Amino acid sequence: MFEVALSSLWSRRGSVVLTLASLTISMAIVIGVEHVRAQAESSFVRTVSEVDLLVGARTSQVNLLLYSVFRIGNATNNIQWQSYQDIISRPGIAWSIPFSLGDSHRGYRVLGTNNDYFEYFRYGDSEPLRLTSGEAFNSPLHAVIGSEVANTLGYETGAEIIIAHGLGNTSFVNHDNLPFTVSGILAPTGTPVDRTIHVSLQGYEAIHLGFRDGVQVAALSPQADDPALAELQPTQITAILLGLETPMAVFALQRAINNYPAEPLTAILPAVALGELWQIIGTLENLLQVISILVLTASLLGLSTMLLSSLRERRRELALYRAIGARPSFIVWLIELEGLAMMAVAAVCGYLLVVLGFGLTQGWLSETYALVIEAWPSSPGIWLYMGGAMLAAILLSLIPALVAYSRSLGQSLLSQ
Amino acid sequence: MRDLESPANSVTREAISIANLEYTWPGAEHPTLYLPKLQVDCGESVFLRGASGSGKSTLLSLLAGILAAPPGSVSILETDMASLSARRRDSFRANHIGIVFQQFNLIPFLTVGQNLRLAARFTGRSGQPVEQRSVELLESLQLSPSLLLRQADQLSVGQQQRVAIARAFINQPEIILADEPTSALDADAKDHFVQLLLSIRETTGCAVVFASHDNSLAGHFETVVALADINKVNASALVKDKMEAS
Repeated sequence: MFEVALSSLWSRRGSVVLTLASLTISMAIVIGVEHVRAQAESSFVRTVSEVDLLVGARTSQVNLLLYSVFRIGNATNNIQWQSYQDIISRPGIAWSIPFSLGDSHRGYRVLGTNNDYFEYFRYGDSEPLRLTSGEAFNSPLHAVIGSEVANTLGYETGAEIIIAHGLGNTSFVNHDNLPFTVSGILAPTGTPVDRTIHVSLQGYEAIHLGFRDGVQVAALSPQADDPALAELQPTQITAILLGLETPMAVFALQRAINNYPAEPLTAILPAVALGELWQIIGTLENLLQVISILVLTASLLGLSTMLLSSLRERRRELALYRAIGARPSFIVWLIELEGLAMMAVAAVCGYLLVVLGFGLTQGWLSETYALVIEAWPSSPGIWLYMGGAMLAAILLSLIPALVAYSRSLGQSLLSQ
Repeated sequence: MRDLESPANSVTREAISIANLEYTWPGAEHPTLYLPKLQVDCGESVFLRGASGSGKSTLLSLLAGILAAPPGSVSILETDMASLSARRRDSFRANHIGIVFQQFNLIPFLTVGQNLRLAARFTGRSGQPVEQRSVELLESLQLSPSLLLRQADQLSVGQQQRVAIARAFINQPEIILADEPTSALDADAKDHFVQLLLSIRETTGCAVVFASHDNSLAGHFETVVALADINKVNASALVKDKMEAS
């Protein structure tokens, strides 16, 4: 019967190919949307872990989260070094990580921090950062790079990198007087860490020392071998990650920071901000999901219509099966099989289309939108959608199948 | 085939036996057919003459078990068709009855071999015996076995009609029903077709009911019956019903 169904589809390949194309595209949309949703959600939730408070200059919590954790956009303002020292010296603070942001290297963000970052930063299920080679900073001009930076730019430990002032792939102002040496490479995390170049706060401060009005003044710039570099104290930083000894204290500290008298600051709970951000994106994703399901439904109705309208031209063919001894159920199964075969082919093609699409745009998505999307979708939701599409194909093919069935019952043998 | 006047040969097994068959299409006011008695013996060849609209197709559908006849009215191979479930009737048809139509005998997108295998499949037969029988049948129908791999709609009409005979005989049925199988053929091919059909019938010994309006072929058959003579339904009511039914 499979042979018959496939030959029958092949004999009507014109309309079959069009229906297949429509099913394939809608399957690709459904799989693609679900894949992006699942990937975005998991990479979102995995980005930061165990941080009790995230502190930055006064801004909205979503914005603070975006520029500090996701490294999307820019800080509106900075935190004075004095405020930083004051906050971390408060009782109940277990650990802190300072962040200085604003520069880049060939499109990758540069993050100024200290060695506490490698000790306390957690992502995913409280996983610590791990170095695949080299070590953390032990000189102001050391850099530790994320796995993607290392892979894409082909850097190994010992490589020298020059940091550009500001963001973007091309910068007219480079900090080329003070090159950094790659001292370590981090293991892949699937978070923005992979796309970050970490340097010490001192080094970060040093490259900005000779700057006046956005122009490098050579005379003011320190030398790479100057021992005073290690003693450099930054004047300001961009954000602080805080870990508390007891989670109970978090709201009191948050209130204290939000009412900080010396300058306007914002302290947020990353989990709450992540939730809020996810809600904004989630609404859009739900909408996309609904639209993708509607598109698939339309294509499935197209499949049903195509099978139904084919019955007219197949009247004699179907009568012939009956004449040579086929039961009416044979005709039901034949048409069901045709619908199901088309859906199955479309599901596989749609899946491969998604793989191809994300395979080609992976790099661009991660650079532009900080979205790490695997090429091969594998979230359970996708198999659910595929199964659902199959089920829907079975149900919708049942319409033409039953029409053919009922016609074959009352038909005269030789109604040619 | 014998009508009321000719007594049945009691020694020969009955292939088809009809008694007081009345059939009315669903929704029609008057019956299409009323056959008081009709009998075909195994191995007999019958020419059933009838114009189109005379109830020929209805009769053949009843004989093939596609339409359900009232209980006791149609017996095929001494089995009352009405006593079989719809399912059993389909498998009975596959096993015991071969059918040849006027045209569109083969599934056009399947190869000749696939068409023959499909017909065999409905009786549960498959594999080497079917392949072998396919080749033998094609050869006895003066067709090349290489046609087995050709798609059915690439064959000429004459070839298709001959393959239809092979398809009808593939399951070694006891009865062949043919409905105007020659009307798409030219005069020479018609006689040739009937000769081939009847020569295969002789080797297998099955009954053939050959329905046609073309009297010139009647001479090939042992028995000639005119449907108009045996169908006792009022002719004018018949035409009216046919129009309503279609």
